Order: sequence, then C-alpha cells, then structure tokens
Amino acid sequence: MTEFRMPSLGADMEAGTLVEWLVKPGDRVKRGSVVAVVETQKGAIEIEIFNDGLVSEIVVPVGGRVPVGTVLARLDGPAITPAQAAPPSLPPPLPAAAPPPAPPPSVPIVPIATAAPSRQPASPAARRLAGERGIDIQRLRGTGAGGAVTVADVEAAAPTVPGGETGRRRAGFDPAAMRQAIAAAMSRSKREIPHYYLSQTVEISGALARLERVNRERLPPDRILPAAFFLRAIALAMAKTPELNGFWEEGRFRPGDSVHIGWAIALRGGGLVAPAIRDADHRSLDELMASMRDLVLRARSAGLRSSELSDPTVTVTSLGDRGAETVLPIIYPPQVAMIGIGRIVTRPWVVNGAIEPRPVVTITLAGDHRASDGHRGGVLLAEIDRLLQEAETL
Amino acid sequence: MSAATGTPAPRRMTYREACKQAIRAAILADPRVFLMGEDVARYGGCYAVTKGLAAELGEARIRDTPLSENGYVGAGIGAAIAGMRPIVEIMTVNFSLLALDQIVNSAATIPHMSGGQFAVPLVIRMATGAGLQLAAQHSHSLEGWYAHVPGLKILAPATVEDARHMLQPALDDPNPVLIFEHVMLYNREDELEPSITGVDIVSAKIRRPGRDITLVTHGGMLFKTLEAAAVLHEEGIEAEVIDLRVLRPLDMATILGSVARTRRVVIVDEGWKSGSLSAEVAARIADEAFYELDAPIRRVCSREVPIPYSAHLEKAALPQTPAIVAMARGLVKGG
Repeated sequence: MTEFRMPSLGADMEAGTLVEWLVKPGDRVKRGSVVAVVETQKGAIEIEIFNDGLVSEIVVPVGGRVPVGTVLARLDGPAITPAQAAPPSLPPPLPAAAPPPAPPPSVPIVPIATAAPSRQPASPAARRLAGERGIDIQRLRGTGAGGAVTVADVEAAAPTVPGGETGRRRAGFDPAAMRQAIAAAMSRSKREIPHYYLSQTVEISGALARLERVNRERLPPDRILPAAFFLRAIALAMAKTPELNGFWEEGRFRPGDSVHIGWAIALRGGGLVAPAIRDADHRSLDELMASMRDLVLRARSAGLRSSELSDPTVTVTSLGDRGAETVLPIIYPPQVAMIGIGRIVTRPWVVNGAIEPRPVVTITLAGDHRASDGHRGGVLLAEIDRLLQEAETL
Repeated sequence: MSAATGTPAPRRMTYREACKQAIRAAILADPRVFLMGEDVARYGGCYAVTKGLAAELGEARIRDTPLSENGYVGAGIGAAIAGMRPIVEIMTVNFSLLALDQIVNSAATIPHMSGGQFAVPLVIRMATGAGLQLAAQHSHSLEGWYAHVPGLKILAPATVEDARHMLQPALDDPNPVLIFEHVMLYNREDELEPSITGVDIVSAKIRRPGRDITLVTHGGMLFKTLEAAAVLHEEGIEAEVIDLRVLRPLDMATILGSVARTRRVVIVDEGWKSGSLSAEVAARIADEAFYELDAPIRRVCSREVPIPYSAHLEKAALPQTPAIVAMARGLVKGG
C-alpha cells in the first residue's frame, strides 16, 4: 500500500486545502497523473501522483485543510500487512465554535464566579504564534502530542482578521496569503543566504536582428520574444556551471538533476510564481517560447502543476519592457542562484573605437556564496554574453 | 600515504585502539604525562585499552596501582598539583564511588579553595554503562552525577574520533577532567580521518541534521539514537541528533539552536531519570526555550532498577531503538 501525501510545493508551503479530487476509490492511477487540485498560498495547483496503483481510499475530503505531509489518499500496492492496512480514523471536522464545556463534575473546590472554560491544550510555540496572528486557539483542533494544538495547526487555521471579520478568499488565489508566502521565503533568503551579485551588460543588436527577421514572417501569437533568447542562453550556460544549478540543503550543496528554470511570472492582483521550464537546456527557442506562454497562461488561470512549482533548480526573472534597467534578485531558497534580466535600452557602445548607439541589456546574477564563489558566477555571465553574441546559431 | 594525492588515507580502527593511541601519543609528547590504574600495566587494562603500552613505554609511565581507588586517585591529584599530567584509569564508574572523596572534595575544590594557586590538571578515565552482562555493580551510568559538580569537566566521547582526540585537550586543561568511555563502544570501529588532528572539549555536535525533532544524547546511546533517526527517516520524520560530548559544562547554545528549529525534543540517556543529567537538559530547555516548544520535552532513559544481570532483563532495562522511535514519532505525529 502506498500513501499519497500533501506535497510541499516550495520551502514556504506549510499547508494546503483540498479543492477537488479528480479520482475516486477504485480508479487506477499512473505515475504523473493529476489526481487532485490543492489550493495553496500560490493559488490552486494540480497535484500529480508519483506511484502507479489503485486508489483504495480518499482520506482527506474536499475542503479539508491539512499540513504538508498529511496522508491525502491511499493506493493499493502488492504487499499489504495488517498493520499497514489498518485505516486511521478520520479526524472529526473542525466545529464552527467549540461546544460549551461541561463544568468539572465531582470535586467541590473553591467556587468561582465564572465557569473556567476547559482548556484546549496547546504548545507554547503554538500559543505564541496564535497570539501574533490573533487566532483563538480554543477553536482549533490539535494534532500534536496529547491532542495539543501545534504550530502547524495554527498555521493551517485561517487568520482571523482584526474586527472579527473572516478573511475573504477568492477561489484559487488569495493575494494576502501569497504576500505572506513571499514574505516568508524572502525573509528566509535574506536571513540565511549570503548573496553575492554580479552583473554584465550585453550588447544584443545581433540577437534583436535575428528576432526581427524571424518574427517578420510570423503572426503575433507565434512570435518569439527577446526573453526566450535570453532564457536559451541562460539555460545553456547553466548546464556548463553546475555549481550554480541546484539546492543548498542541510549545510551542503546538492546539484540539480538537470537545468529546470523557474520562470518568474507576475500575477494580476499582486504576487508572483516561478514554475519550472523543465530541461530548459534541451529546448529550442520555439519550444522555450511555447513553454513560457503556456506557463504564463496557466499561472494566471491557476492551472499549475505541483511538480512545476517544486522542480526549479534556478530562477530567472525578466523585468520586460516596462521594467527597470537592472534587477538585483533575491534567491528563492533552497536554490543557490537567481538570474535577472533588465529592460533592453539603447546606450552608447564602443564599436571599433567609435561610439555608436546600441541595444544592450544588463544581466545580473545573485549567487549563494555558501555554494559558489564569484569566479564561477563570472564564468556563467561571460558564457551568457558569448552565447548571445552568436545569435544566429543560438 | 596515498601516492596520488599526498594525503594520508583514513585509518579504520576500534574505539579501544583510539583510546590507546591517544594515551600513547600523550605520553610520548610530554614527559610529565603518565598513566596509572588497576591492572593497566602487566595485564593491559580490564578493557585492554593499555595492552602492550607498559612494554613499550616502561612501567614508570604505565603504572599498576593497588586496588585502592581513593588512594591512587589522591596520588594522581598530588602529582597533578606538583606539576605532572597524570591520567588515572578507574575500571568502571561504579568503582569510582570509592574515590568520590578525592574527586569531589579534593580535585574539584582545591583550585577554588586555594584561590587559584593550585591547578589540578588531572585526567581520570573510566568505563561506564551496561550491555555486557556485568550486573548491577559494574554497569551503571553515573556520569550525570559527576556532571553535577562544579570544578569538574565531564567528557563523553562517543565516536572513534573523539576517543582519539579528546584526551589531549583534557590534559591541557588546568581543571580535573573526567572522561567516560562506554563499554559497548570499545569494539566499535570507524574511519579515523588523518587530517583531523584535534577536537574541542567545549561543544556538542550535531551528528545528523533534521528538521522535525531533536534527539539529545551522548556516549553509548549515540548509535542507538542514530539508528532511531534512520528508522524515523523511513517514516518521513527527520530527526536531528545531538551528541552532547561534553556533559559539564553543557553546550546549551547548540541544543537551544536545534530546538528552536525543530520545536520538539527527546533526550536519550542511559542514566536513570530521577535527578539526572537528562532532567537537567530538559529543565534548561524548558527554562530557556519554552516558547519555541511545540510539544512536551520527553525522555528515554534506563528503567529505575539496578541494571540486571540476565541478558533479556538487562536489555529491557536499557533504552532501546524502538523506544526512541516510538517516543519521537508520538511527538511529531501526535496522538
């Protein structure tokens, strides 16, 4: 028997709400099938399963909000031992309000004016967090030792808005929750990661000339944006500098299995996500462009898949034609590098001893100094530059 | 030496051999260092740690003593005050109780009572712990008692590396230092990394990192605890294992830092619970990290009985891996 658990879709995810089951008991699933939709701080995400098997039991019903790691469903596999097969009892749903506590019956003690409410046990850390978030701990169901409310239980509870109004949630996307997730991830990054920054201004007249030629014969939906060009150069350069492609985990660097580029996408209404373009270094310009369009569309319609959020080995952000000239990005932990692409601008450029107006773009690298040194970062940027100069063959 | 790299290859050795090499190296390096104890010279030590050393180094440096713990520990204190660097071996911690007067009333107090005029740079090594069916007079884990006493430094090397390298800083320390060697560790083998030529006697070490729960332990319990962490890993629980190494003074910064990350802690100690080192660690965590805790502080310790002789009872009296696993699982998964 296999257990299908709430996946972690990033270092900042603590819990998720089951929005929709796409399978039912008796259904056969295959590795990679989308089996459920889960709402996270990043919006509604389609969750894939990583095993083949027969769905034997749905453990968490639609609407259930559970911490990462909670068993969502069970699959039948070959060997089932009685101990494993014993179904755990489903936790009762959270009551809207705690029932009035029964006063302690027997022992007559000093009578007090008001009946003391029976206390919901809660850990010290959970009490502190609940206090900070204005959550009434008595209303929570504890999943910790002895049924105590834990930090995870508090975090899973919807934050109580001051004034007693409950927070409104738009289906699939809650800007406030996403802001919190971004705050947590970025604070962690700046707290833990010793960033170093490098930048390189790249002359791109050759790249733009090729783009113009290619796009002239295409309809707008099929045109290639400069960002795809940059992404292609970055992907190929990343493949040559594996020290920047991977994760810092438990005090050491773990290289990524391939170059999966997280493509930062700003969402309407605020916030951003960075889903993965998998194996980006093996994709052609057209394929990269198609992936980018597809991801943007699905990110904005809340149709991203779980693996796309957890896979990136490096993140790239492009400010586009309305952005600033230079971006100094903050690494998304546990990744060890992030690359920023500024706005394309025309600047004086020295060509054969004379000054000419040329289109240039500033590409920046934020590196985790625990995992790599500035030298490797410089090699990466130089390689990106070199590839962009060979625009005709890129 | 590996010809290719020019760096010496790691050497595999037992904990016993590491203890022996530490003693040998210390004696060869400093004419003030000598070792004395019961049966250490001609017999080679009751756990064979000093086997062969008397023949090599001479009986002036490896000295047999009468069966009189209070007597020869006192002689060691005198030698230390007079400028020597003695290593005193006591067969087991149970027998060290005969020398409590010298250790607690003299060694620990003389630097204090002399206003710092006399240092006592003495090292006392002894075996501790159960598991060899040596019954209740040879099997107890009383290092926690000594960790109660100001003026003493208490070390509990659990790894081959610590067994090899803790002795020298202990000899260099101007205070009396007690080193507790768990009897079940002597035959344990590990690679000794030649590039590491010293260790501190200040800090606890995280032997396995993890995010879900902290397991604090020392000495003979380290490997059962690491085993438990491996089982927990299979269940999706990442346990962080802290080896205290130094029982007095405690490295609370490492413990509190870990608890602040994991928010849960189990203390694993072969000593009894009542009035113990595990109680002290638990109390300090509750005192200094109360608001970080997401679960009660729990302990896995020996049953409160004299350690039994018969194998199955001895096993039942001691903390075992499944108990550590169950305790940790209960804190992480609730119920």
